[in-house]
Amino acid sequence: MQNMEVDQMQRQYLDYIKSLFLEGFLDGQFLQLQQLQDENNPDFVVEVVSLFFEDSERLLNDLTFALDQKGIDFKKVDAHVHQLKGSSSSIGAQRVKNCCIAFRNFCEEQNIDECLSCLQQVKQEYCHVKNKLETLIRLEQQIVAAGGSIPTMEFSF
Amino acid sequence: MDSNTVVSWPRMSENIDGFGLSPKKSDEVHVLAVDDSLVDRKVIEHLLKVLACKVTAVDSGLRALQLLGLLDDQKIPSETNDFVGLKVDLIITDYCMPGMTGYELLKKIKESSTFKETPVVIMSSENVLPRIDRCLEEGAEDFIVKPVKLSDVKRLKDYMTTKEVRGESQGREGIHKRKLLDTSDVSSSSSPPSISSSSLPSAPSVIDSPTRRLKMASTD
Repeated sequence: MQNMEVDQMQRQYLDYIKSLFLEGFLDGQFLQLQQLQDENNPDFVVEVVSLFFEDSERLLNDLTFALDQKGIDFKKVDAHVHQLKGSSSSIGAQRVKNCCIAFRNFCEEQNIDECLSCLQQVKQEYCHVKNKLETLIRLEQQIVAAGGSIPTMEFSF
Repeated sequence: MDSNTVVSWPRMSENIDGFGLSPKKSDEVHVLAVDDSLVDRKVIEHLLKVLACKVTAVDSGLRALQLLGLLDDQKIPSETNDFVGLKVDLIITDYCMPGMTGYELLKKIKESSTFKETPVVIMSSENVLPRIDRCLEEGAEDFIVKPVKLSDVKRLKDYMTTKEVRGESQGREGIHKRKLLDTSDVSSSSSPPSISSSSLPSAPSVIDSPTRRLKMASTD
């Protein structure tokens, strides 16, 4: 009975992670990180993802503050966006990264309205990917708790 | 399936020591990683550990110099200098950092008598040719475009092992600047998932003499 459950969970997991790739939430870099996880470092992905959450939330707060000032320091805003772009790229959070790329362009143009709009967008994308990743990790943990192993994705598109 | 009882983490116990002042195994590569990003530090540290490197990760150029004993106020006679024994086989640093950039750090390292022979690799999220040129001219061994992948780090390690085996310092000819020519990374923000690429060998055959190609481009 348990085997069937595990199978189901594994299928569900695979479907879910595939969808994240197809919808562009994650890119190949995330797979790189997964591949680096092993028995010696079973929590690597969770750890990196947690750091990403911490880091991003700090940066988003800093961005909100910086764009709320009377005299906006666009260099500072750009620096924050650059950091967010970097960390999202390093974990494979593609949509967040892409938002940051657009954001930086508007920083360069010193376009306040567009920057504010980008900030909203990046916050949204961050929330989306955070939810997705949390769900993914939960699915992984369920599988492991049921005695199964996390299946690896093997497909190309 | 339950093999959780005995897990030997030899690398971990050595790292607890902190700044690598403990004698290291002669075949173990010690890498000093410098990056202001928490996420990137974690990733690079793990990438290196997976390849059995001992890693010390710091968050700034200043910290790195401090560790290497290269800060101005650390220039004390070698008899009293604790850092004389510090062995660093490779320094890998981010380019864009607040305070001291990776480039500035590179310069300081190359100007030092103690560490000028130590290979320094620069990482950057931006594939900017003039930047890469500048770093290489200043003595960087290689340049990696972020996000860093296992294949990037593997390449470095192979290079280091070869160097040790040969017992001589390599010139720049052996550098693989695959990332330089990977122009698809530069323009497109919607890069397809590189799922298949992780299983491919890292150096495409197009790049046989990257250094020459680079030199040709700059003399045009």
